[in-house]
Amino acid sequence: MACIQPDGTLAPSGETILLALQAPKTMGKLAQETDLDLFMVRAAMREFLQAEYVEQEEFTYRLTPQGLAALEGSGKENL
Amino acid sequence: MDEKPEIRPMPRIGDPAPVFEADTTWGRLALEDFKDRWVILFSHPADFTPVCTTEFLAFAEIHQELKNLGVDLLGLSVDSVTAHIAWVRNIKEKFGVKIPFPVIADSDRKVAGLYGMIMPGESKTETSRCVFIIDPRQVLRAMIYYPMSTGRNMAEILRVVKALQTTDQHGVATPANWQPGEPVIVPPPRTVEAAEQRLKQGFECVDWYFCKKKLK
Repeated sequence: MACIQPDGTLAPSGETILLALQAPKTMGKLAQETDLDLFMVRAAMREFLQAEYVEQEEFTYRLTPQGLAALEGSGKENL
Repeated sequence: MDEKPEIRPMPRIGDPAPVFEADTTWGRLALEDFKDRWVILFSHPADFTPVCTTEFLAFAEIHQELKNLGVDLLGLSVDSVTAHIAWVRNIKEKFGVKIPFPVIADSDRKVAGLYGMIMPGESKTETSRCVFIIDPRQVLRAMIYYPMSTGRNMAEILRVVKALQTTDQHGVATPANWQPGEPVIVPPPRTVEAAEQRLKQGFECVDWYFCKKKLK
C-alpha cells in the first residue's frame, strides 16, 4: 500500500489520501475521513512530504501544486 | 581469526521498543507510525506453513476486537514481500479470509535481531513465534515466546492486552487467570500505617497484603 508506485503513479490509497487533503487536515482527521489506519496515514505523509506532494504546517497537512498535479495525472482531481 | 557473531541484548519489559523502519505488505512502515496506539508486533517462522496459516487466520479473527481496544497488529517473518503477498493472497483464496494487517519482510533479519526473535537453538534462520506488546508510549509491556511447533493462543493475547490496559487505567494488578470483569488486585500497602488502614477500606481482603476489588 505504498502511496506512490514505482512508476510514479498514485496507488489507490494514495489517491484517497490526496483527495481528502484538498482541504488541509490533521493526520487524525485524515484517518477518520478516509477510514485508513492512523499508522498508514503517517507512513503516507512521510512519503508525500518527501515527494513534496504535501506540506506541513504544525499539525496540519495540505496539498502542494505537485500533489495536485499527481492527482490530476490520476484523473481524480475533481471528485 | 574467527569472526564472532554480533551479540545483542534481548529486549526487556519496560524498555523502549527498539525502533525500526521496514518494508511490509502495506509499504514502508516505521515503529513511530504506531505511536499513541498499542501495537502487537509478532513474528512467525515462515510463509506457506500450516501452523503459521492457522495463526494468521486467528489473528485476522481478533483483529477487529484489538482495533476496538486501540491495538494495531504487525506481523513479521524473514520471507520477502513477494512471498508474503503470495501467501496472504493464498489465504484469501483458500480460506476466504483477508489478512487485515501488514506483514514485515525482514529478509535481512534487522528487526528480528533488534527484538531477539531468532532462537538459534531452535532455528538459526527463521524467527520463532514471538509476541511483543508495545504501549502507546512505545514501551515494551509484554513479551510472549512460543516454539515453532506450538501455535499461539489468541485468547491469552487478548487477555494480556486487556490486563495491561486495566492496570494502566486503574492502577491495579491482575491475578492469575484474570478475565475482564473479575476482581483485580489492589497494590499492597508500603507502610505499616497504610497496612492498618487497608483492612478498613472495604476491599475483599484475605489479609492486609492480599486485597481485591471490583472495578466500577
